[in-house]
Amino acid sequence: MTNNETLERAERAKTKKAALGEDIAIEEYITGEEHQSLNSLDDFPAEYQQDLLDAGIEPTEKDRSGSFLQRDCSVVFSTVKYPGLELMSTTDALKEHDWLKEYLWKVVPVNQDKYTAEVELGQTQGYFIRSEAGKKVTMPVQSCLFISSDKIGQKVHNIIIAEENSELHIITGCSVSHAVNSALHLGVSEFYVKKGAKITFTMIHNWSRGMEVRPRSAVVIEDDGAFISNYILMTPVKSLQMYPTAYCVGKNARATFQTIIYAQGDTKIDSGSRAVLRGEGSRSEIISRVIATDNAQVIARGDVIGEGANARGHIECRGLMLSDTAEIDSIPELKAARKDLDLSHEAAIGKVAEEEIQYLMARGLSEEEATSVIIRGFLNVDITGLPDALARETKKMFDMSLEKVM
Amino acid sequence: MLEIKDLTVEVEGKEIIRDLSLNIEEGEVHVLFGPNGCGKTTLLMTLLGFPNYKVTRGCITFKGVDIINLPTNERVKLGMGMSFQHPPEIRGVKLGDMVNIAQGRKEDEIDEDVIALAKRLNISVDFLNRDVNLGFSGGEVKRSEILQLLAQAPDFIMFDEPDSGVDVENIELIGRIMSELMDRNKRPSKREKSGLIITHSGSIMRHIKADRAHVMLGGRIACSGMPDEVTRNVMETGFERCVELCVRSNEVGAE
Repeated sequence: MTNNETLERAERAKTKKAALGEDIAIEEYITGEEHQSLNSLDDFPAEYQQDLLDAGIEPTEKDRSGSFLQRDCSVVFSTVKYPGLELMSTTDALKEHDWLKEYLWKVVPVNQDKYTAEVELGQTQGYFIRSEAGKKVTMPVQSCLFISSDKIGQKVHNIIIAEENSELHIITGCSVSHAVNSALHLGVSEFYVKKGAKITFTMIHNWSRGMEVRPRSAVVIEDDGAFISNYILMTPVKSLQMYPTAYCVGKNARATFQTIIYAQGDTKIDSGSRAVLRGEGSRSEIISRVIATDNAQVIARGDVIGEGANARGHIECRGLMLSDTAEIDSIPELKAARKDLDLSHEAAIGKVAEEEIQYLMARGLSEEEATSVIIRGFLNVDITGLPDALARETKKMFDMSLEKVM
Repeated sequence: MLEIKDLTVEVEGKEIIRDLSLNIEEGEVHVLFGPNGCGKTTLLMTLLGFPNYKVTRGCITFKGVDIINLPTNERVKLGMGMSFQHPPEIRGVKLGDMVNIAQGRKEDEIDEDVIALAKRLNISVDFLNRDVNLGFSGGEVKRSEILQLLAQAPDFIMFDEPDSGVDVENIELIGRIMSELMDRNKRPSKREKSGLIITHSGSIMRHIKADRAHVMLGGRIACSGMPDEVTRNVMETGFERCVELCVRSNEVGAE
């Protein structure tokens, strides 16, 4: 597709409402002022340091192979410490690599809806991350998309490529200053997991009550490739809708989505994960844990489409209701297109069981402590596939965010 | 240690226990026999203060404290403990976490102390990392319960059917640890811990020496006696006949 064709498609989709989620008036949001580059993450204004930490970003860059920070619509920091790893803004990457344009809008259609169209028409940066063939970058790359001003519309296009037999671990935090009343985040992320490669993508969303969020992510996984996504959202958000999709096109391609959501206040979330199992013997696992309290409304979706021989997919959606004015809709879907498949799902929504509280009280906990242990346990999904240090760290980040809400 | 006087308990408006009295002194272990549905478990849940069990009459004093209005965790702090027959599954909470909780530690890790404790019950590290009671076999539930009690070290322990669903090999192990938990290995004058074991099969009694046995029928204690004799009568003749024998021998004794 030529640039012009892409632009035309985007133009035609400019007013195309998304299939899911309430419609956002994106024209109300602005690009805002340009921000100065930083010499180090420590130079980021002190008032925002905590917001970075809350999104899992390590300001000292300790144990990180690279760091990327975008503030509003400006990339203010980008550094790489590991050979075989590339990390820069998508804009710079397109200048550097002529071949990169082939990767744009290849897995996410530019005309999917008005949000993808807007990212093409009014793109404001985003990151490019790539591991070279055979390079195993076991230390995580960190990237943060930060919103510091009111009324900002952040529209990023991210491209992530793990070349053949390489390994890439990414911690990405989206965060917003506590001073922002209202802002928009549109994020298109296209992932390419080549033969025998692996990407783990741990994403912490640290939004606030006034944020409208529309991520648009998709992944292509080739032979023996693996993609693992861990998504954590513990803070309120005005409205979030996403349905990341993994296309397991290669033989034995594997995709895992783990989603942990604690929805509070007037939060409205429509979040799903989809796996298209095209490759022979490809596998997917979709796990979600959703807690809804206050007036939160959550739709938790899961969708597995089995097309390849001996493909296997499983969905596990669990919900926990803490309020009579909250709502959880759990919608798992399976589609089988041939006979030699194994697709399954389980969905359950419940409450904090009295019997469990009493059992814990019989071991000495107060009612309040017992409830907190049960909630923590409910959200406690063992994150598989991460290097040990990253798994520990993710657990720590999760504990931190949980402490804030409990 | 524990004094129950004229206790009447209702569950969902239905009277399950009527005018029950029982004293358990420091260092004593009592065993309570009775058929299913006679109110044994209700008695334990009431002693532990579970909210569905309403005391409509009588009093319960533990270590000299009237505990009727205390929540469960306050009773536990005073030194009560319980091995449950059918404990609930809690997703995401590992057996190792429960051991830490029972020990009153804020610890998140399953450390050497926990592992050493578990070893005594043939519980592996893998097993400590399983969600508590989720898919546990009958015997695993018992060992898990007793492990938590080892960590908790209560002064007065209630066991709800510690022998049901346990194989021969493990019943001896469980009996041994239960004996230890209740100071059975010490000389009588040195015993400080007490216990109340409920069982309908009685098989655990081959491995534990109790001081006193009772038979419960229809929500009250129908007869009491020496453990060996009551156990034998229950095993050989059944609960009702045992009570008849027991009442007759009391009458003979009174003449």
